[in-house]
Amino acid sequence: MNKILILFAHPRFEKSKTNRTLLKNIGRLEGVTLNDLYEQYPDFNIDIDREKELLQAHQIIIWHHPLYMYSAPPLLKQWIDLVMEYGWAHGKGGDFLKNKIIFNAITAGGTREVYAAGGYNRFTIGEFLLPFNQTATLCKMVYLPPFAVHGTHLLTKTDLENYAQLYRTLLERLVRGEFDIESMKKFPYLNDWLSKGAGMSKP
Amino acid sequence: MSTAFLHDALIYLAAAIVFVPIAKKLGMGSVLGYLIAGIIIGPFFLGFIGQEGKNIMHFAEFGVVMLLFLIGLELEPSNFWRMRNLIMGTGSLQMGVTTFLFFIALLFIGFSWQAALASGLALSMSSTAIVMQTLREKGLAKTESGKSSLAALLFQDIAVIPILALLPLLALYAVNAPSNEHATILSGLPGWAQTLMLLGTVGLVILSGRFVIVPFLRFIARIHLPELFTASALLIVMGTAYIMGLVGLSPALGTFLAGVVLANSEFRHELESDIEPFKGILLGLFFIAVGASINFNMIVNNPLKIIALVCGIIVIKAGVLFLTGKFSRLSFDQNLLFTLGLAQVGEFAFVLFSFIHQLNILSAEWTDMMMGVTAISMTVTPLLLLINERLILPRFGTKETEGKEADEIDERHQVIIAGFGHFGSTIGRFLRANGLNATILDNDSDRVDLLRKMGFKVFYGDATRVDILKSAGADQAKILIAAIDSPDVNYDLVEKTQKLFPHLTIMVRAKSRLDAYELIDSGVKDIYRESLDTSVRLGIDVLIKLGVRKYTATRAGQNFIKYDETAMRKLAEQRHDQSAYILTAREQIELQEQLLTNDREVNPTLNDHAWDSDLFEGKFTDEGSEK
Repeated sequence: MNKILILFAHPRFEKSKTNRTLLKNIGRLEGVTLNDLYEQYPDFNIDIDREKELLQAHQIIIWHHPLYMYSAPPLLKQWIDLVMEYGWAHGKGGDFLKNKIIFNAITAGGTREVYAAGGYNRFTIGEFLLPFNQTATLCKMVYLPPFAVHGTHLLTKTDLENYAQLYRTLLERLVRGEFDIESMKKFPYLNDWLSKGAGMSKP
Repeated sequence: MSTAFLHDALIYLAAAIVFVPIAKKLGMGSVLGYLIAGIIIGPFFLGFIGQEGKNIMHFAEFGVVMLLFLIGLELEPSNFWRMRNLIMGTGSLQMGVTTFLFFIALLFIGFSWQAALASGLALSMSSTAIVMQTLREKGLAKTESGKSSLAALLFQDIAVIPILALLPLLALYAVNAPSNEHATILSGLPGWAQTLMLLGTVGLVILSGRFVIVPFLRFIARIHLPELFTASALLIVMGTAYIMGLVGLSPALGTFLAGVVLANSEFRHELESDIEPFKGILLGLFFIAVGASINFNMIVNNPLKIIALVCGIIVIKAGVLFLTGKFSRLSFDQNLLFTLGLAQVGEFAFVLFSFIHQLNILSAEWTDMMMGVTAISMTVTPLLLLINERLILPRFGTKETEGKEADEIDERHQVIIAGFGHFGSTIGRFLRANGLNATILDNDSDRVDLLRKMGFKVFYGDATRVDILKSAGADQAKILIAAIDSPDVNYDLVEKTQKLFPHLTIMVRAKSRLDAYELIDSGVKDIYRESLDTSVRLGIDVLIKLGVRKYTATRAGQNFIKYDETAMRKLAEQRHDQSAYILTAREQIELQEQLLTNDREVNPTLNDHAWDSDLFEGKFTDEGSEK
């Protein structure tokens, strides 16, 4: 069984219908730990030791956050800067995160279509997430494509429920180990991997 | 001799330990408990002590001596100066009018004018011991009535000096020649010489305080033997008392003067904390002695006369006090507290009456009776205050709750703030700014009136009273914030809440580390030390002003607070390993030392390498080959 750590960063969680639906009861899933960063560190004073212990106790890490100005909210960046330290996560002796799996789970106002070369935002989500991608690689981790909820303003209640169900399925399969990294990496989104049923092949 | 002393001490201590907790449990305050203890063990009931009452008063005298030294010590000249108008106004009005009324009344009963004047002056005194103790216990010392009470009491305490000087002059015209019962230096002299002598002695005490005692204390302090300093403090008190006794002056007055003189010196706090432990016990002793000295035979023999005297005196005193309160613009509640609080005849009356008797101004029979009346009136005071608190104020004064309860029923407040002083009010304002209305409990009627005008929901009364907590909705609320100024009252509240309303989350203001330790011991989780956040914030600003970047300084502050909270909990546990409890100022210093040593070992900012690019220097070049 794999253990998943969700590093959730949302400065206004109480106002986010999408994320509230996505995370509803998620902490109660077996093998899933929800680390609500803005609730834990309202003063941005991150307890590095606590975070390192959490990381070591989990195999799969999720950076779960809304996409603000094409990036993560500042506390998540603060977390990355402080916790993924030289000598621990990367650099000399920095092997503590080696081979752990990590990916972004994002919510974005824009639809999937506008995140494209010809679209309004000119770049894909994968391109906007490159810093995360490379940070993971620097830390010798396995970086997977993102799980994304697009066009959050346009979603109906049913749409939202579906997304929440999809996220839950993803987490459950990750916990049970029903995935194959190489086939996951072929998709732009983990959503696609899930819906195309490609994940059925067991490792 | 020594067994007799042990026997007496045993009885006094046992009586106090039995009766004071009972009185406290019944909500009567410790003063009444001591007084009742005294009455019970006194000659009239169990007769354990003082068959003649004389040696009890002897005991009591020493309690007063110590007490007045402390009152004197607390009378810092600058405080005194700030209160001068209140003291002169309230004090002179109260004493002048009261004395005059008693003078007239006593003339009617058939006193000579000298006796009437002397007795009037003595009866106009109120009891500093009872009033200050009660006000402090109820946390009312800082209210308007508390201030006025202190002012009136101070004026009286000081007025004793000229009164004592004046009395021999009265004796000059007295019908009876002075007897040589007590062979003091004074009694052989003519009246004018006695007056001069008195003033001379007072001057001597003041001068020697400044030029002998202070240098002496400096010398002792340099020896660095704590118990020697305590011994010196006691020596000063006893020495002054002895010298005053020798010239026939009241020892209590002498030590009071010595206290005032030393209040100005650098040893004030040291002396205070050295004598502090004695203070409680001696005060108790004093109250017990007062209770024991009540001559119930005298009451039984002519009950009507005594009752009439006690009632008459209290009514006259209360009437004048009420008017005085009106003049100082006290609100009704505050005025009633002031009026009934000071309506008794005080301990100085004992001193004055015995002096008056010595001078043969007043007959032995009347002196006895007056002393009895004084003791009874002191015993009645806590009862009067209790009646005032439970029966009078709830009906006629500021209401405990507001009448318009009916239309507020839906408004269920989740938070109760007990104590709305400078600490609690900030919390209340913050919560209100965020749309959260808290129920407020406070025992300062002026503040309660103001807050109600501003639309707060306020309950008036002693927050440690269960019925008030209940009516404030403690059984429905979620959080109780204990923000009372007095740590003892606060602690009391916490204990009661834990027992009676276990569902409430208690969040507590702690004045100091030591308070916090006690709260940790009693299982409170949310403890807020007054001295932590603000001090650290100031420290952060110091770093900033000295050129440290703001964010670095802020992070250092955050880390320090986190570290200090953890350390506090650790030290709170360790404290139990040590055999003794940390109580005195000296041990506070030891605590500080322990903290500072710890800080040196675990510097909370030392391991902060965040964003420190120096760390990378040379290291990436190592890796360069890899990449």
